[in-house]
Amino acid sequence: MSALAMTVSDTLVLAQRNLMRIPRQPDLLVAYTIQPVMFVLLFVYVFGGAIQTPGFDYVDFLMPGIIAQSIAFGGFTTALGLSDDVRKGLIDRFRSLPMSRAAVLLGRTFSDIGLNCVSLVVLFSVGFVAGFNFIDASAGEIALGIVLLLLMGYAFSWVFALVGLYSSSPETANAIGFTALFPLTFASSMFVPADSMPDGLRQFAEANPFTTWTDALRSLWLDTPPHSDVWMSFVWIVVLIAVFAPLSVARYRRVVAR
Amino acid sequence: MRAVPDLAIETSGLCKSYGDVQALRSVDLQVPPGTVLGLLGPNGAGKTTAVRILTTLLPPDGGNARVVGHDVVRDAAALRAEIGLAGQYAAVDENLTGRENLVMVGRLYHLGRKHSRVRADELLERFELTDAAARPARTYSGGMRRRLDLAAALVARPPVLFLDEPTTGLDPRSRIALWETIEARVAGGTTVLLTTQYLDEADRLADSIAVIDHGEVIAEGTSDVLKSRVGGEKLEVTLEDPDQRRVAIDTLTPISGDEPPTCDGPIVRMPMRRERGGIAEAVRRLDSAGVGIADIAVRRPTLDDVFMTLTGHAAEPENGEGDEQEPAAEREEAAA
Repeated sequence: MSALAMTVSDTLVLAQRNLMRIPRQPDLLVAYTIQPVMFVLLFVYVFGGAIQTPGFDYVDFLMPGIIAQSIAFGGFTTALGLSDDVRKGLIDRFRSLPMSRAAVLLGRTFSDIGLNCVSLVVLFSVGFVAGFNFIDASAGEIALGIVLLLLMGYAFSWVFALVGLYSSSPETANAIGFTALFPLTFASSMFVPADSMPDGLRQFAEANPFTTWTDALRSLWLDTPPHSDVWMSFVWIVVLIAVFAPLSVARYRRVVAR
Repeated sequence: MRAVPDLAIETSGLCKSYGDVQALRSVDLQVPPGTVLGLLGPNGAGKTTAVRILTTLLPPDGGNARVVGHDVVRDAAALRAEIGLAGQYAAVDENLTGRENLVMVGRLYHLGRKHSRVRADELLERFELTDAAARPARTYSGGMRRRLDLAAALVARPPVLFLDEPTTGLDPRSRIALWETIEARVAGGTTVLLTTQYLDEADRLADSIAVIDHGEVIAEGTSDVLKSRVGGEKLEVTLEDPDQRRVAIDTLTPISGDEPPTCDGPIVRMPMRRERGGIAEAVRRLDSAGVGIADIAVRRPTLDDVFMTLTGHAAEPENGEGDEQEPAAEREEAAA
């Protein structure tokens, strides 16, 4: 077997293993199904009436943002899974096998793509029920938005891989992940228009990549004025992967070689 | 074709440090094919570090190590295809079923989908896990997990097995069952390196024992050779009346050899000489001196005695008292 074929095969075996685990962990299952549904319903029906989004129904404005947030957090299973595998000695087992060395991290991050596809189905379903509609969006634009989301999710898998490798327990991973990322998602145009924010925060929100991604999705799905956001959002993804993948690999090598 | 090496496992001058802690200092080991080497030592002695180096999980700082002829650093990839590792922490995926765990390992050994499934079922059957095969491993008892872990190590029928404290934390019945399984593998020609802090385990399973303490091999040999270093068998006489111990010692001194008898409460001990009739002679002498005997026994030295003699401390330190660092504990700390 060639090295490449081995890496692909081992990555798929491990990705499959990671996905098989999900339905057996009720807490994760809740995180990926019930939680996003709850968020959509809370925002649409509790905050929706109070938030002004000129030209749009709030549900149309909200859905690109809330989907982007959920997908960004999809990589969290990588943080949990890696920290768990290191602690329980499974990484040692894998490393003692004649398998591809890259497959542990690749399998981990690739399984998040599968999981994020499930999240997308759940989120679109609840969105349509709550009244979401694409506005003047072609099939190509809808598809490009979905590709953008999945790639963004993949970039965050590497961010969370690093979080997981620095965490001594799933609880720590949880704390690091949420305190760092949660505020970042809110200080953006995901849930409210950035121009409604006070000075300082507004500039921060406009520079925030979550704003870039959300605005890109809105321009693709809601036909908001096109600007640099769509290609910029891909640049951000490349930057995140270029920074966090090497950091995670370096950290992984240190953690396992003890 | 590669020539069959004379030794299944061979290390020379193996060294490893974690910061200031020298986990291994110049360890030499030789394990002939088809035999069991017991690496015996207390927590933090360096046993796990040695296993991690030999299974390519950890690069050594110095020295050489070869497993079935493959260098642990230069030929690491080829080496991994020839070994199986069962760890101290029972590395199975708790959220997968027993069967899924074994199929996954088979596929990572590149046995192919179908062959992996057939092999998994074979092992489940042999390890009496067939009934539990479809249950997630987290529902397994400690003994079942260890069996599954050992089964995972055997998926590719490796010629060399590394077992890092395979029975730590198991109840006596599960321990004996696991011992029998290991013995069956060895009977089939597998070479085993086993670490343990249980002296009876090394005594039962190992052809040869290397006693390791503070990262150094401090004694090596068969269990009999190690025991003879502590000074052979002792005769233990329990007196009916402890007040008679003075008389008993005087009576036994002429047949006690170089080392005079000692006493401890009602028990009088003396070295057993190798000649026949030693016990009968002792009984006759005590009887004619009017000393009442409550019990008499020949005590063979255990590996515990060996450990005490060699290291000056017991084999199993009391909980929480270890001043040495166990690599595993260090790992947890470093991950924090």
